[in-house]
Amino acid sequence: MFQVISLTKDFASRAVDAVNLQFAPGELHALLGANGAGKSTLCRMIAGFYQPTSGSMRLNGARYLPSSSREAQRLGVQMVQQELNLIPTLNVAENLFLDKLPHRCGILNQKKLHRAASELLSTFGLTNLNPKTLVRKLGIGQQQMLEIAANTQGTPKVLILDEPTAALSIPESQLLFEKIAAWKEQGTAILYISHRLTEVEMLADRISILRDGQLQGTWQRGELTQNDMIQHMSPRNLLQKSNYADSTSNDGNPMENTERKPPTGTTILQVEEFDAPPKVRKVSFALNAGEILGIAGLVGAGRTELLRLLFGADKARNGLLRGPDGIQRSPFHSPTEAVAAGFVMISEDRKSDGLLLDQSIALNIQLPKLHRPFWKQWNWYHQNEAQRIAEEYRTHLGIRCDSTEQTVATLSGGNQQKVVLAKWLERGGEIFLLDEPTRGIDYAAREVVYKVIRQLAAMNKGILVVSSDLDELVRLCDRIGVLSNGLWTGEFLGPNYDQSAIVAAMFAGYDSPNSNNHRPTLNPMQ
Amino acid sequence: MEKYRLKSLLLQYGGLLAAIFALILLFGLLTKNFFSVTTLLTVANTIPDITIVSVGMTLILVAGGIDLSVGSVLALSGTTVGVWMLKYKLPLVLGAIGATITGALCGAINGWISATWKIPAFIVTLGMLEIARGAAYWMTDSTTQYVGNTIGWISEPLPHLGLTPAILFAILVVILGQWLLHRTVLGRTAVAIGTNAESVRMAGVSTTGPLILLYAICGGLCGIASVIQASKLALINPNAAVGMELSAIAACVIGGTSLRGGHGSVISTFFGVLIISILETGLAQMGMSEPTKRIITGSVIILAVLFDAIRKPKYDR
Repeated sequence: MFQVISLTKDFASRAVDAVNLQFAPGELHALLGANGAGKSTLCRMIAGFYQPTSGSMRLNGARYLPSSSREAQRLGVQMVQQELNLIPTLNVAENLFLDKLPHRCGILNQKKLHRAASELLSTFGLTNLNPKTLVRKLGIGQQQMLEIAANTQGTPKVLILDEPTAALSIPESQLLFEKIAAWKEQGTAILYISHRLTEVEMLADRISILRDGQLQGTWQRGELTQNDMIQHMSPRNLLQKSNYADSTSNDGNPMENTERKPPTGTTILQVEEFDAPPKVRKVSFALNAGEILGIAGLVGAGRTELLRLLFGADKARNGLLRGPDGIQRSPFHSPTEAVAAGFVMISEDRKSDGLLLDQSIALNIQLPKLHRPFWKQWNWYHQNEAQRIAEEYRTHLGIRCDSTEQTVATLSGGNQQKVVLAKWLERGGEIFLLDEPTRGIDYAAREVVYKVIRQLAAMNKGILVVSSDLDELVRLCDRIGVLSNGLWTGEFLGPNYDQSAIVAAMFAGYDSPNSNNHRPTLNPMQ
Repeated sequence: MEKYRLKSLLLQYGGLLAAIFALILLFGLLTKNFFSVTTLLTVANTIPDITIVSVGMTLILVAGGIDLSVGSVLALSGTTVGVWMLKYKLPLVLGAIGATITGALCGAINGWISATWKIPAFIVTLGMLEIARGAAYWMTDSTTQYVGNTIGWISEPLPHLGLTPAILFAILVVILGQWLLHRTVLGRTAVAIGTNAESVRMAGVSTTGPLILLYAICGGLCGIASVIQASKLALINPNAAVGMELSAIAACVIGGTSLRGGHGSVISTFFGVLIISILETGLAQMGMSEPTKRIITGSVIILAVLFDAIRKPKYDR
């Protein structure tokens, strides 16, 4: 018996709030929740990656507080994470036993290794997998199975599986389900996270649902319909789209709030059948001038990938788009083409591909304007002009710094994001692709971002906002589209949104027959 | 404002200048003849070719690249043009232009291949190092050839001044290089690419064009340096400048240019060249043997980088 007692974890805000749960041996306990519900934080505390802020855990009655994932594993609590941690250039057997390779005086005992690997693989039904095959030559589904096998050796007391079937084909899923049945027979308590509600309905003995870090309840098998699950995951506060005029004081800033007028209706961007499987599948939608279109979806639903395809940062396999110039064309080959056509993208990870961290604020703001043909590379870089422009944005957006020659690395997250905004406002564009524009920034900076977005909309720009915070989208957007497992599963017109319908659409793509992994047809559990 | 600039200049170059004066003082005390105008002029007059090549290398390193082929490209452009000048009796000006173009072409090929196919510059320029050296042997049938006395004046000290036209020209190149790096779009793009190439790409700025141009400039500077090197003994030599890539990188590194890109100054590189040159001349005057000289020079390179690594974080964060 594994018990979670009033477990709480605070980061900047409370991620997990006094959660009580019990896992019985031989039980499969499904954990459901939308983005930011606290599922992964909870699991990481159980698996020893994080230490709880308060509360406790008990394993078979004894106090359980692992200081590391290694200690958790020693105590019999294992977690298979969603990301693959295999080493592609090593073979199957080496990956399986990476931390305990059999050797004599440092010389690898190949025979013993391959025998052990074959044995382990057969317990997973992977009898046709050669232990000597390099991992990079395996399909993604086989790699996922291998990841599970590598992380679940012996008989775990508690096993956490985070979306184990996300990359699996039907037969591979069946193998996993058989293995799950075997674990249950051995008395392992399984904590199972999945976005596939049909699968959860089929596998789970009990279901617990988290929302905003709080436990909504625990139900026995068969007590909940899929619709009930979605209701419990959906945000409760029926917040309507509000104008921010009252929430932000009008301090004489030139960017005061304007009453949002409905978009003009002329299409500024038409996207048809954008395709880059498995992440983005035949997505079509339109964006109007002056419109703020939100894109909701679960983490990993393909939202970032869609924006990157539109911006030419990644290559789309298929698709057509018509931009502000009204000419239908194939996807861009590079961001350079996209920017020239009036596109702008603020990426999710400003540190890795948005900013020049070790350079000045002024140079960062000038960056997009550095693009020149060969013969204009010799143009003068107007340092004073660059500083003057940076000073303007410093007052305009309230960038807190000592000087515009300061390196961006020394700024806080919110001020870094303001620099990113400034750089694109300075370059200009017609279509703004914003990927999690308020991630990791403080309240005040967030208000600045919202203001800028509204102002751009008032200037008849087209704006696409990806956010994992549904609340934010509901308050900001004229319309919300939903991506689910790479599919465009719904569009909702504001300002009065039916939030549970949006959440339902967020889950819709994972079970749909259109998805790359068809839903399992057999129930091997019963 | 004026005070602020002076302070930042001191912060940037103070350490290097202090090191140079300390070295001069040290060798002045240790040897009888070092502390004289003649010695200092000699030091200055030996470095124009390495200075010019190091300017090119700085531009490449700042952009996060590296050019190992500079020595070979220098030899190739020198020999190609020398052979043609002898054969067709070309005037020196045409020869110098030809050498610059030859070098620039080699550099452009380096930049084009590594930027377009995202092949590490280390590999591409390593290949060019072999190719250009081989071509230089081929052009000259592996012999050293006399090019006549029309070229010698470049490395003759000017009357009254004591400096050669070559070093004056090299100083001009340093100033132009510094201007290019800090005051032109190309220079700022180089810094941006060296800092974070992915951010540059996502800002819609093409990196291919600027990189080709930077490598071409580096190659062209090698071509110019080849003319100066030929003028020293009025010879073209397919063995010229073997290992110069390492001296150039050493000069850049001593000057504080980061091999990871994003940071560097052409003027600092020039000070780096001076430090190496003073060190070598001074040690030679002290009667040190070649092995000792090399061990000491190597240690200084490592110490310079260590000093930089220890001191840097304080400014940055």
